[in-house]
Amino acid sequence: MAFQTAVDIAKQVASGSLSATTVLEEHLSRITEREGEVHAFNLVTTESARATAQAIDESVAKGRPVGPLAGVPIALKDNMCTRGVPTTCSSKILEGWKPPYDATVVTRLAAAGAVFVGKTNLDEFAMGSSTENSAFGPTRNPLDTSRVPGGSSGGSAAAVAAGFSAASLGSDTGGSIRQPAALCGLVGVKPTYGVVSRQGLVAFASSLDQIGPFTHTVADAALLMEVIAGHDENDSTSLPQPAPSLTAVLDRGVKGMRIGRITDLPEGCEPEVLTRLDEAFETLRRAGATIVDITLPSLSYGLTAYYLVAPAEASSNLARYDGVRYGLRVDAPDLNAMYAATRSQGFGPEVKRRIMLGTYALSAGYFDAYYGKALKVRRLLADDFSRAYSSCDVILTPTSPTVAFKLGEKTNDPLTMYLCDVFTIPTNLVGHAAMSVPFGKGAHDLPVGVQVLAPALGEEQMFMVAAELERGR
Amino acid sequence: MSNATSAPSNSVALPDGWEMVVGLEVHVELDTKTKLFSASPNRFGDDPNTNIDPVTLGLPGALPVLNRRAVELAIRLGLALNCTVQASTFHRKNYFYPDLPKAYQISQYDQPINVNGYLMLPGDVKIGIERAHLEEDTGKSTHFGGSSGRIHGSDYSLVDFNRAGVPLVEIVSKPDIRNSDQARQYVAELRSILLAVGASDAKMEEGSMRVDVNVSVRRTGEPFGTRCEIKNVNSIRAVGKAIDYEARRQIDVLESGGVIRQETRHWDDAEGRTHTLRTKEDADDYRYFLEPDLVLLDPDTEWVDAIRASLPMLPAERRARLSTITGANKESEAVYVIVERGQDDYIATVADAGGDASRALVYVTQAFAEEGSTPRVPAADLARLTILERDAKVTATQAKTILSELVANGGGDAAKIAAEKGFEALDTSAVEQMVDDAIAAQPDAWAKYCAGEEKALGAIVGAVMKASKGKADGKVVTAILLSRKG
Amino acid sequence: MTTPDPSARLSRDVVAKVARLARLDLTPDELDVMTNQLAGMLDHFSDIDKLDLADVAPLAQPLPLKNVLRDDVVVKGLDRDEVLAAAPAAEDGRFRVPPTIGFQE
Ligand SMILES: [Mg+2]
Ligand SMILES: [Zn+2]
Repeated sequence: MAFQTAVDIAKQVASGSLSATTVLEEHLSRITEREGEVHAFNLVTTESARATAQAIDESVAKGRPVGPLAGVPIALKDNMCTRGVPTTCSSKILEGWKPPYDATVVTRLAAAGAVFVGKTNLDEFAMGSSTENSAFGPTRNPLDTSRVPGGSSGGSAAAVAAGFSAASLGSDTGGSIRQPAALCGLVGVKPTYGVVSRQGLVAFASSLDQIGPFTHTVADAALLMEVIAGHDENDSTSLPQPAPSLTAVLDRGVKGMRIGRITDLPEGCEPEVLTRLDEAFETLRRAGATIVDITLPSLSYGLTAYYLVAPAEASSNLARYDGVRYGLRVDAPDLNAMYAATRSQGFGPEVKRRIMLGTYALSAGYFDAYYGKALKVRRLLADDFSRAYSSCDVILTPTSPTVAFKLGEKTNDPLTMYLCDVFTIPTNLVGHAAMSVPFGKGAHDLPVGVQVLAPALGEEQMFMVAAELERGR
Repeated sequence: MSNATSAPSNSVALPDGWEMVVGLEVHVELDTKTKLFSASPNRFGDDPNTNIDPVTLGLPGALPVLNRRAVELAIRLGLALNCTVQASTFHRKNYFYPDLPKAYQISQYDQPINVNGYLMLPGDVKIGIERAHLEEDTGKSTHFGGSSGRIHGSDYSLVDFNRAGVPLVEIVSKPDIRNSDQARQYVAELRSILLAVGASDAKMEEGSMRVDVNVSVRRTGEPFGTRCEIKNVNSIRAVGKAIDYEARRQIDVLESGGVIRQETRHWDDAEGRTHTLRTKEDADDYRYFLEPDLVLLDPDTEWVDAIRASLPMLPAERRARLSTITGANKESEAVYVIVERGQDDYIATVADAGGDASRALVYVTQAFAEEGSTPRVPAADLARLTILERDAKVTATQAKTILSELVANGGGDAAKIAAEKGFEALDTSAVEQMVDDAIAAQPDAWAKYCAGEEKALGAIVGAVMKASKGKADGKVVTAILLSRKG
Repeated sequence: MTTPDPSARLSRDVVAKVARLARLDLTPDELDVMTNQLAGMLDHFSDIDKLDLADVAPLAQPLPLKNVLRDDVVVKGLDRDEVLAAAPAAEDGRFRVPPTIGFQE
């Protein structure tokens, strides 16, 4: 089923040939039809969406300028702060909490004319790869509802795949945009660390988190990136650069580009996934690119580094949920009992597991053996990448070793679930850019994603390659 | 009253063979308009929870952005303390407490902004400064119910976050302090420096300057003993008392065969003693790690040089200058007091106006306590008074009376006041006549004086004063008597 | 610091202590499960023990930004009543919390 693209909607709404209200109602009717089975949303904001759409239509009618996303229905992962609108992170500990401020991305999307349709489900506090760790129940993959949409931004992926919104935002700490994009047949972008402001994104692992878009097409992703990217003085880690002009580079082709192929790719991929990857290389070669063999010897150690660094930062970031200022409190006669009761009842098992792992990795006597070592592995990985990028412009890998798996298939063993992220994690550790582009089908006729990796601020070449893959698919 | 002079010691002597080793950790709130990491106001005394924003409250998604002015004030302070200013980082210090909104304090850890400074105390005692680092303050809990309003045994607490996120500099001394006088001098000198560079209002009573004291004792020449940290020391006087009490307590424990446990103790000012707050065993594991939401702070040389160039003259240098101008000892009470009041520039102006600086020092010390750094009496008016007195046109007692008039009226012509009050000093020949008359009237006393009995002079001087109705200048009378003795 | 012996990588006592640090209550059963799961993960994570990391500088932040500073200018903050209305317990303009007793301060 092909849905209208964001580029198309924005163009038609701005020209007056299509009303934002009509667009919204189409999306709302699909929500009515399928949300019960998919469960993409924690909250659908029907009334405010209708008001926004109507306001855009009035602006168009009066000839007032409208933004580049005029009338485009967009869903937000429920870990981005929306003023006065509940933001839960799919956790009981934040259930009902209404932020008193908007995340920077929310402000920018609103200014661009986006119509927010709702807040999407996620693995609690973005910890997971299947969206089964939500306190409010799992999201299902719209392409096969017996399967997961991936995670942690599974709700945002499902919302776009099911046609509930034309695009959505997710957050990616170790693959949480790219892996669900691959599993749901979408384009998903993890920008260079610091390109999109984290202000108002509820932190999971601060040195790894980035916000990015889910879209049906590469051009849609480029359009969203142009709106949400660019310096923000409220985020100290925001890069000084303005948003890159990505829509302008999509037709440039890949002639003369050097595409890196990892010769020592970690094992465990489904054969169809590897076949699609080979076809992707062939597509680019035919379009004039050169394929260059590279090695990333530390790649497989990324998983360990990630599962020490991310929980360590998370254990600190999630310590603020203490029942004092906002969110859940479970009453107890003394302060420490209140803290423990609140946190034990408010957090789900995966969140507790990661808080425990992170607290341990940082604690006296273990810091050097775990967290300290993980930071050194992070350096090795960065060195590997800078060596590799001396001989190539981008690198192609699978996004996920497998297509979408069944609900419950990996919930018993947390480690198996962690292995889903082996190809996506390294990018976050080094702060580079990466995106997943749908490229054919794999087992069970389910979508396969190819991941395009680029160095820091390599968004332009990354999008050029992604666009070529899209044309050649 | 200054605490930093070489005035008589208040220290309690330790038993023979014992020595105390003291280090101070002083937290000062910086005088900025906003907080260290957010734009909400840094203001004392407002209604609870009115100076709050997402960062202050640690709301999900809120991010810190460092205050340039706070960095600048920290560097000013560091330079004033002779520190090296270096590239620095921020860490998270993780612990749960209701007045710590994020459950971590952002503080500088292994790379503080200022390191390796020192501060000079009277007697050329040099106290090393290990570091002076930036960090954020916590909110404030008030405990209710129970017996005493103390933290233990209360029924509940109420938390105000106005203070949370206020910029602090924590100044950590080396363990170079050896008695409570030095500790008091250190705190007083630090306070003067803070005020001089404008880094903080340094009000111990409002908590904008807070002192934690580390005390250990040892037998002279032996290695450092186990130290205890004393909190809640809220005045300079209490710093001295707490240290003396704690050193004595530790010696008593050791002399009776006990051991000192490393612990945090609380100074009870009313009881005049310290007691255990918490022992090391149940101290938190702070799990310090680099704050990922902030980036390297690496002030460039131009910035640091510009800050250095803008530093005012510091108290030590002001005292040296005042000492040179007035001839008073640079460690004298008067010199400390005048510099602390910021009245040294005024005295310099009196001297520039042709006044007698040493007399001006006495006048200003005694009569200008309420005047602040810019006394209302014009420097030229005070200069004229010092000259009258120096030239013996008025006596010291008369000068004091005129000074009171000047202060009461915010200035005036000293000579005119002297004339109005009939203070014209007597003509020297008239005084000579009175002296000769007095010698003639009391030949016995004069003979005793000439034989070396100084006390005998009193009777003769008294007679002269009586004859002159107090208008003769004592110094002049003494001089004439000396010349008569031959 | 040497890596703890893998066989004794994680004791139940250490896990209990970590839970206290993290302010999490774990039932005895949860503690057993958690100890097993964490020990399993740490075993898996021992793959990095064979790397020679002695001369490798740690990398804590992905990109080398520095001196990001803000002017000292007040911006209107949050409304106290709105904030306290969303708090679990408030009184007299402040957040109310239970008394401080029990494990650790
Ligand atoms: Mg300290
Ligand atoms: Zn401190």
